[in-house]
Amino acid sequence: MMKSDIPKEKFEIIGADESQQELIGRARVSYMKDAWRRLKENKTAMAALVVLCFLILMCIIGPMISGHSFEEINPAHRNQPPSSEHWFGTDRLGRDLFTRVWTGGRVSIIIGVSAALIAAVVGILYGGICAYFGGMVDVIMMRILEIFASVPSLIYVVIFSIVLGNANLTTILVALCVAAWVGPARLVRGQMLQIRNQEFVLAAQALGVSSFKIILKHMVPNTLSVVIVAITFAVPGFIFTEAFLSFIGLGVQPPNTSWGALVAMAQSEFMFFPYQMFFPAIMIALTMLSFTLFGDGLRDALDPRLRK
Amino acid sequence: MKLVVYILKRLGLMLISLFMIVTITFFLMRSIPGDPLSHMARSLPEQTRANFMARYGLDQPLFNQYLIYLRNLAQGDLGESLAFPGRSVTETIGRTSPVSAQGGGIALAIGLVIGTVLGIIAALFRNRLPDYIVMIIAILGVTVPVFVIAPLLQLVFAVRLGWLPTFGWGTPRHMVMPVMVMAFLPIATYARYMKSSMLDTLGQDYILTAQSKGVSETNVILKHALRNSLLPAITILSGSIVGIFTGAFVVESIFSIPGIGTHFVTSIHNNDYTMIMGTTVFFAVLFVVMQFVVDFIYVLVDPRIKLMHETH
Repeated sequence: MMKSDIPKEKFEIIGADESQQELIGRARVSYMKDAWRRLKENKTAMAALVVLCFLILMCIIGPMISGHSFEEINPAHRNQPPSSEHWFGTDRLGRDLFTRVWTGGRVSIIIGVSAALIAAVVGILYGGICAYFGGMVDVIMMRILEIFASVPSLIYVVIFSIVLGNANLTTILVALCVAAWVGPARLVRGQMLQIRNQEFVLAAQALGVSSFKIILKHMVPNTLSVVIVAITFAVPGFIFTEAFLSFIGLGVQPPNTSWGALVAMAQSEFMFFPYQMFFPAIMIALTMLSFTLFGDGLRDALDPRLRK
Repeated sequence: MKLVVYILKRLGLMLISLFMIVTITFFLMRSIPGDPLSHMARSLPEQTRANFMARYGLDQPLFNQYLIYLRNLAQGDLGESLAFPGRSVTETIGRTSPVSAQGGGIALAIGLVIGTVLGIIAALFRNRLPDYIVMIIAILGVTVPVFVIAPLLQLVFAVRLGWLPTFGWGTPRHMVMPVMVMAFLPIATYARYMKSSMLDTLGQDYILTAQSKGVSETNVILKHALRNSLLPAITILSGSIVGIFTGAFVVESIFSIPGIGTHFVTSIHNNDYTMIMGTTVFFAVLFVVMQFVVDFIYVLVDPRIKLMHETH
């Protein structure tokens, strides 16, 4: 009955192209694209990203739009509350706080991000060498690392800040990074060792993929996601440590400033001029909060096991 | 047997670490350009100067100074303060550290208890209101620096409400605010950690077994889940102790507490090198020993760790 319904003429032989058989119909979704797609769905992380972009933008243009220089001392306008002329008020030397907060933000964010990047790069190299060579090299290098890790890094930071003296951006970065690579190094080594023994590496080896390509295409991307997340979480830590150094007088020296230095300066007169402390403090808290929340989202987005 | 080997190995590593720290710190502090006197901006007659150098052993060759320092250190002598001649570093640390230990210890204990309870609440009420509230507290505790919380509390409780003294030390009333500030970070850390630890435990097979045996929900949580999820929390204890000390630098300065944190910050301002070095060595010893003790307790209480050591 069915046969009679459709006439033979309706059918047409179009043939089968052998070369088209293996063609992938849908556009390939790369790892980063996939991660970005999942990150976009995470509202908290996206809000944190927007706040971060806003803060960075303000650090770039903030000092230009206020109409005051961050060093400009105005004895007639000392300790003024926020007004239309001085948006965040002035400090005890009559300097415009709006300009100073954003100038300080540049220093704080640059230090936080660069320290995290430097620590990550050194850590990748150190951990990578450990995992790659293995054996005696690994044992000795891990022992050295353990000695470094056995003392709170803050002690190294303080000692190096004192020894290097004359605090400027470079010396602060060196002091911050002296012991900070330990964490990433351990992380990368552990990750590399774990990945090396996983089935997909074995599968790639069985398929005859060269070692170089296995390392580049399979091992590095899988380590990278962990490192990126570690960097994001490390940034607020460094911003805090820099603020701490400035607070005890070892950080950025006047007339230059950072959020930590601004808070330290405002702290002594907090009872009388709380707004002087409010603005830099809220910026530190906001930056640290955004980096932490963004890191949380990034960790979820970059974890291939969470892929739906 | 395995345990003895483990302890000996850790002790050896601990001594090597301490020796390295002392050596590095010593040569770093001596490598600061100029002598300690020039940093104190004192112009002294030649003879006074020579006397001063001789008194602190600075006229000796560098390596001899190092050996002398090591010998004195082995006897618990950390030298004499540069800024306040006649004041022994060891004595000063002995005087100031109990104050810090008191405040820090109470803060850590409170932080541990509250943090653990909050973490358990968050795990039991997962994705419901109590969980969200706890997580907000935890994130704020990790991200808002102590030097922001401390003045804020001072403004509210001391200036506006007048309930507590703004700063100082001695009476329990003085301790309330510093302890609150210092406890904030451990509360946040432990709440986060306990939540994930508890969720992890609740997903284990033995919980399902207990439930299917008909054990009441309260007993499952108290007898099976809680005990097992508390164990891993011991590992982050050494980190929290460090956090307390780091926080103490700032908190003690803000509240004018005569503890070792305030003292360390003062010696940095005074360029008091012997004092800075002595305190650093003290912190290093304290931290390394704490880490050892915490790891040791962990091995003692968690039978799984011992098993792992034996199979490897």
